[in-house]
Amino acid sequence: MALCASNEAELVELLRRPGPAFELVAGGTKRGIGRPVEAATLDLSALSGIVDYQPGELVLTARPATALTQIEALLATQRQRLAFEPPLATVSDGAGCQTLGGVMMANSSGSRRVTAGSARDHFIGLRAVNGRGEAFVGGGRVVKNVTGFDLPKALAGSWGTLAVLTEITVRVVPAAEFECTLLFAVGSAGAAVTLCSQALGSMYEVSSAGFVPGRGAALRLEGLATSVRARHTGLLSTLNQAPVAVLDGPDSTAFWQQLGAAAALADFPVIWRLSVPPGQTARILDEIEPEEFHLDWGGGLIWIGARQVDGRHVRGALRGGHATLVKAPLAERRVASVFEPQAPAVAAVAARLKAAFDPDNRLNPGRMN
Amino acid sequence: MLQPMICLPQPDAAIIARKAAILAGLRATLAPADVIDDDLLVRAYETDALTAYRQRPLAVVLPHDTAQVAAVLRFAHQEGVKVVPRGAGTSLSGGAVPAADAIVVGMGRFNRILEIDYADRCVVAQSGVTNLAISQAVAERGFYYAPDPSSQIACTIGGNVAENSGGVHCLKYGLTTHNVLGIEVVTPEGEVLRLGGRYLDAGQLDLLGLMIGSEGLLGIVTEVTVRILSKPQTARAVLIGFSTATGASACVADVIAAGIIPAGLEMMDGPAIRAAEAFVQAGYPLDVDAILIVELDGPSAEVDELITRVHAIANRHGATSCRISADETERLRFWAGRKAAFPAMGRISADYLCMDGSIPRRQLAPVLQEIAQLSMRHGLRVANVFHAGDGNLHPLILYDANIPGELDRAEAFGADILRLCVDVGGVLTGEHGVGIEKRDLMTYQFGPTDLEVQHRIKQVFDPQLRFNPGKVFPTLSRCSEQGRERVHAGATRHPELPRF
Repeated sequence: MALCASNEAELVELLRRPGPAFELVAGGTKRGIGRPVEAATLDLSALSGIVDYQPGELVLTARPATALTQIEALLATQRQRLAFEPPLATVSDGAGCQTLGGVMMANSSGSRRVTAGSARDHFIGLRAVNGRGEAFVGGGRVVKNVTGFDLPKALAGSWGTLAVLTEITVRVVPAAEFECTLLFAVGSAGAAVTLCSQALGSMYEVSSAGFVPGRGAALRLEGLATSVRARHTGLLSTLNQAPVAVLDGPDSTAFWQQLGAAAALADFPVIWRLSVPPGQTARILDEIEPEEFHLDWGGGLIWIGARQVDGRHVRGALRGGHATLVKAPLAERRVASVFEPQAPAVAAVAARLKAAFDPDNRLNPGRMN
Repeated sequence: MLQPMICLPQPDAAIIARKAAILAGLRATLAPADVIDDDLLVRAYETDALTAYRQRPLAVVLPHDTAQVAAVLRFAHQEGVKVVPRGAGTSLSGGAVPAADAIVVGMGRFNRILEIDYADRCVVAQSGVTNLAISQAVAERGFYYAPDPSSQIACTIGGNVAENSGGVHCLKYGLTTHNVLGIEVVTPEGEVLRLGGRYLDAGQLDLLGLMIGSEGLLGIVTEVTVRILSKPQTARAVLIGFSTATGASACVADVIAAGIIPAGLEMMDGPAIRAAEAFVQAGYPLDVDAILIVELDGPSAEVDELITRVHAIANRHGATSCRISADETERLRFWAGRKAAFPAMGRISADYLCMDGSIPRRQLAPVLQEIAQLSMRHGLRVANVFHAGDGNLHPLILYDANIPGELDRAEAFGADILRLCVDVGGVLTGEHGVGIEKRDLMTYQFGPTDLEVQHRIKQVFDPQLRFNPGKVFPTLSRCSEQGRERVHAGATRHPELPRF
């Protein structure tokens, strides 16, 4: 039977005394990513609800188990949104409800990340309880803050191994009035990356750029309708190429939601997610020869669908960057390095950081091993 | 000698006594010419831009490459000697103020841009390269590096990483942390770590994110990879006058609430307007109590439409004048007064302290009123020049260090302002860093456990607490008798730098 904690005081009580280790679970969508955690379940789904939302401050504070859909619906009432476009459910997620805490613990960002920044870039404040049972705060509720170490950065992408979040403050942005996506026919991944680089390096403020074999290279423009129209024209003359299709409004949004979630790879038992220098993407794909792939972040993010894990083959193609095994059968995840292995000196510092927050290894033990 | 309000740590007499041996060791590690202990030469390193505090270090070393930095730090580690990293020494919070028993590691020789990659839109630079030099290096292809701290002609990219520097344009384009992809850093024990690189989201625990803004407490950055952006098609500025700061503050809130994120959104109050106008004749209206400079950038069609919207919002809040820059010359003139505001203070006051609190935007008007009250209570003038768009205040407290007690009163006034910022839901520092300046106020913003959690992170990297001692964390150690001196008009460090 799962233990529950519904507030900060209960977490402090639970973790302050010696006791068992816990697998932290709220929405549960990310349980299948990382090494399987062999520990009692700690159900955090009651740590939910919006704490404060100040549209004029571009800041929202919510408890970690708050559903992402609830947050996005609230933001939409004020024509605001999360700039980093967290996918509602990526192809590697299991069933369950995507929460804000899950997004932050996985540092999960969608297609707009390439220009608007990542989940961690928009995570500006927190309350949390560490593995010692100490409640603490970090960051703040103002957008500009350099007071003390940047704890939100340390906790974003830590997969619940350092502390249990009890409150999350994120920066929000005005929603774009209009968006469209231009699709171009390109012959190869290399040509797609070149096109994306040219577009992202232009003055036309392309907000997302990707490539789906069979559909083509995609470039997204967002903003005021007058601005999008002007940039559309300027971009086409710079690229000197006509699009094969243009997706407007909701069709454009849906295209990037699909790409950000890697939905097209759903049938593969193994999925890799590679973040690399875009200039190396074509070479990496040549070496790996994946059965299926698509590109986001201007070519810097490669999603690969595979039948076998074959980590040595995938990671052997990298010269800088990282490969994460985001989906694999349980037995494989027990033995594979899910996250990119670090240089020994870096790994040693990371281990000491873990120990500073959670010396007895009580929070998601082993998950990032 | 004035009794210092902010204590510098008491030097370790045992280290001072071993100075000759330590110098010999350093000279065996580096070329002798790269180790400086001549009194006159060391003096150039005794303070940064927080000039009220200064202390001569044990020695200054100027390494040429990462291997030399690592060798110096391994030596310091073996010998148990403290280390103070230094870029250009432009910190306004005392981040690079030395300690008498510490070696200053100056990064001035790390001045090469190593690689420019336009396809992947990034630049790899050694950490001593200036912020502006990066933008200049990529200007020919229409690119720039977005964070633009006011000291950008002098401050180094390594110093920017240490301080997570901002600037006028960070409202739209983010702070240093949003624009750095990777670093090479040497730990206090002399290990070289590479964190991140020419790709996004380093993976694993975010040591890169933790290192940015760590104020030189965790290591010395030797190389930085930044992302660069294409310059916007156009940029235009709107200069709006208001008869009250309250009207200007309400206009700021409404511009943001209307979904407009200007490239820059700056406010100046009456005293700042008049001092700046007298100094550079920027054409500011003198019959107002506040001006806003709103800069909008992007495609021409977008900028034109946003200017119309901003104009309408300003009128709703009782703007008394509104001028739109007709050309680049006029845009730069609008900015000239803003950028000259800090030096302009030097003409109306012998000395000034620059504060850096950050508050929720809706608190702008009440906080400005309370600062005016505090000004009367402390008997010192204040001028406000600040990044209104992101709520980052820069009250300039005017005082005369030659009048006994005025520096103390100025510091007490400054501390009251920062406590006020925390009280209204803000923080002690938006972009200048804690350094020594705000160190003792950390307990006002953070509880003991919060600070303990942060201090454990310090110990992850620096278990012996030898790196940049006396900074950021409140210290219980005994105060040094030395440290604070009178600095007077004309003695301001880096007077050539615009400050905003």
